[in-house]
Amino acid sequence: MKRSSDDRRFRLGTGAFAAFVLLIVVGIAFELTRQSMLSITKFGLKFWTTSTWDPVSGMFGALPFIWGTLYSAVLALLVAAPVALGIAIFISELSPRILRQPLAYLTELLAAIPSIVYGIWGVFVLVPIVRKFEVAMGAKPALGVGMLAAALILAVMVIPFTSSVAREILKNVPSTQREAAYALGATRWEAIKVAIGFGKSGIIGAVMLGFGRALGETIAVTMVIGNAPQVTASLFKPQYTMAAVIANEFSEAADELYLHALIEIGLLLFIITIVVNMLSRLLIWSMKRRVAAPVPVALVAEEVAA
Amino acid sequence: MKLKSFLVLMSIGLAACQPNELKTPPGTPGTSASGSLTINGAGATFPYPIYSKWFDEYQKSHPDIHINYQSIGSGGGIKQLTAQTVFFGASDGPMTDAQLQAAPGAILHFPTVLGGVVPVYNIEGVAAPLRFSGALLADIYLGKVTKWNDPAIAQINPGVQLPAADIIVVHRSDGSGTNYIFCDFLSKVSAEFEKKVGVATSVNWPAGVGAKGNEGVSGLVRQTPGAIGYVELIYALQNKMPFGSVQNKAGQFITASLQSVTIAAAGVTMPDDFRVSITNSDAVDAYPIASFTWLLLYQHPTDKARSKAMIDFFKWALKDGQTFAPSLGYAPLPQVVVAKEMQALSKIQ
Repeated sequence: MKRSSDDRRFRLGTGAFAAFVLLIVVGIAFELTRQSMLSITKFGLKFWTTSTWDPVSGMFGALPFIWGTLYSAVLALLVAAPVALGIAIFISELSPRILRQPLAYLTELLAAIPSIVYGIWGVFVLVPIVRKFEVAMGAKPALGVGMLAAALILAVMVIPFTSSVAREILKNVPSTQREAAYALGATRWEAIKVAIGFGKSGIIGAVMLGFGRALGETIAVTMVIGNAPQVTASLFKPQYTMAAVIANEFSEAADELYLHALIEIGLLLFIITIVVNMLSRLLIWSMKRRVAAPVPVALVAEEVAA
Repeated sequence: MKLKSFLVLMSIGLAACQPNELKTPPGTPGTSASGSLTINGAGATFPYPIYSKWFDEYQKSHPDIHINYQSIGSGGGIKQLTAQTVFFGASDGPMTDAQLQAAPGAILHFPTVLGGVVPVYNIEGVAAPLRFSGALLADIYLGKVTKWNDPAIAQINPGVQLPAADIIVVHRSDGSGTNYIFCDFLSKVSAEFEKKVGVATSVNWPAGVGAKGNEGVSGLVRQTPGAIGYVELIYALQNKMPFGSVQNKAGQFITASLQSVTIAAAGVTMPDDFRVSITNSDAVDAYPIASFTWLLLYQHPTDKARSKAMIDFFKWALKDGQTFAPSLGYAPLPQVVVAKEMQALSKIQ
């Protein structure tokens, strides 16, 4: 009798905490919308599609920021994903046993470095290297700061997240899978391929986690991206991201409409992050249906995607 | 067992905290038994070093007065003053009429010190200090003059061997008083700049790259061959950066100094509300890119005790406080302005 009432109380208690998370998300969405009402009613959908950001005349369009955010995050992912997976595979499958722990520890240490430190490293080390590269490529003008520097610094920041999670996924692949592969006469590379295939949905989750991180990164990107709002595919041109414009302009924005426009950028970033997360869930879900992965890995994948 | 020892530790910690908490005077609102008073303010970052020096020095002779200042930016200062969460505000640009109307009471401006903005650049092989005119700076920042050997630059820099390199324009990416002063000057000397860009703490720059803060701009300029930027005079002086001279309204090329910035303030007729731009000053020896920074106070504060303490402090800052300005890189106010402010303080009731 007592036991069941304990159970119920426990369920209510933890349920309340879970509801709390929901409340926070809804609260953020509500508050962001409420505080950007002026800008939403004035510009409507044009806010998403126009490129002029002029605080003096009160014209606000967020397209260059949306573009810069997505472009830099995708580029960062293209660089970071292969490297991170390489690290994860080496540590979990190939590394000598004594190197395993130190390597894992070092990659995780990268995640603990504050982003301002990455930013300073970016300004003093990465940007001059990028500038030399641009000069060699004949870019005019060779600025150093710009999309390439931002994508590279984001990649470095994303690698530890993606590689740590991917490593855990690979570690959780049952050894029977590899043993079965070896038993069928597979080479080491083929056995690793089997393990990767087994944890595929989880690894995608790890990559998407890195993508989410790249979307929201602020200060390091602000310091190297050049902060010029323009929509261009050029890697060498300065661009701008949503998080960077908020960080740059929020403290001095005294005008109401201006402030609301900046908060609406925050709202857009919130929406885009949710959409990206939903898409990655969908991707994992559709893969699971196709492969019908065994239970343990599916569970891990789900954890990662969350 | 573990839990128990944790709890014991916690209670020791709590006990240790308590006497401290009693010692600290209660903050806002009101006064504590000993008569000590805390005044909170917020605003511009540019005058923060001298303000904190002032508050520090003033507290030595007036141990009962605690003045807290948070340098959150001019916009934030105006916002908090309007919301009455702070007793005084501070701003690098004067409040607009719309902002003044939005406040729940009349707000007065009081200039505290002066600052200047100087052009810095990095051209390989050019060691001599360059000269700039207002129109030239405007054209560079509009993206119209794009090469260092442009005739417009060569003409006012005779004898300087200018390379055919691209000009890389660097501006502030964060909203700041420095932007405001620089754009204010360029708008006065170039109708096109005024129309296309305008004056604000953040503007829509037609050209160049943005860097965060004085340190960001100077860092990028130093690293990038062919770059031009602008930083606060105090920043350039403290970091021993060379900078160019700028032509003033009288036609003189003036290298910014504390003196030439102070002269800029003496060269304008001061309105009664002190909301005046002193860029492009008429005075012959004035540096043209200069500005006041202001303290913002309500004219009819409800808290009379704090108001009196604040006025006493400010009178001290206008007199004794000004002597600290040069050593910290700020230009002190000219005597005429100080005298006028002393009178204006009596308006606060």
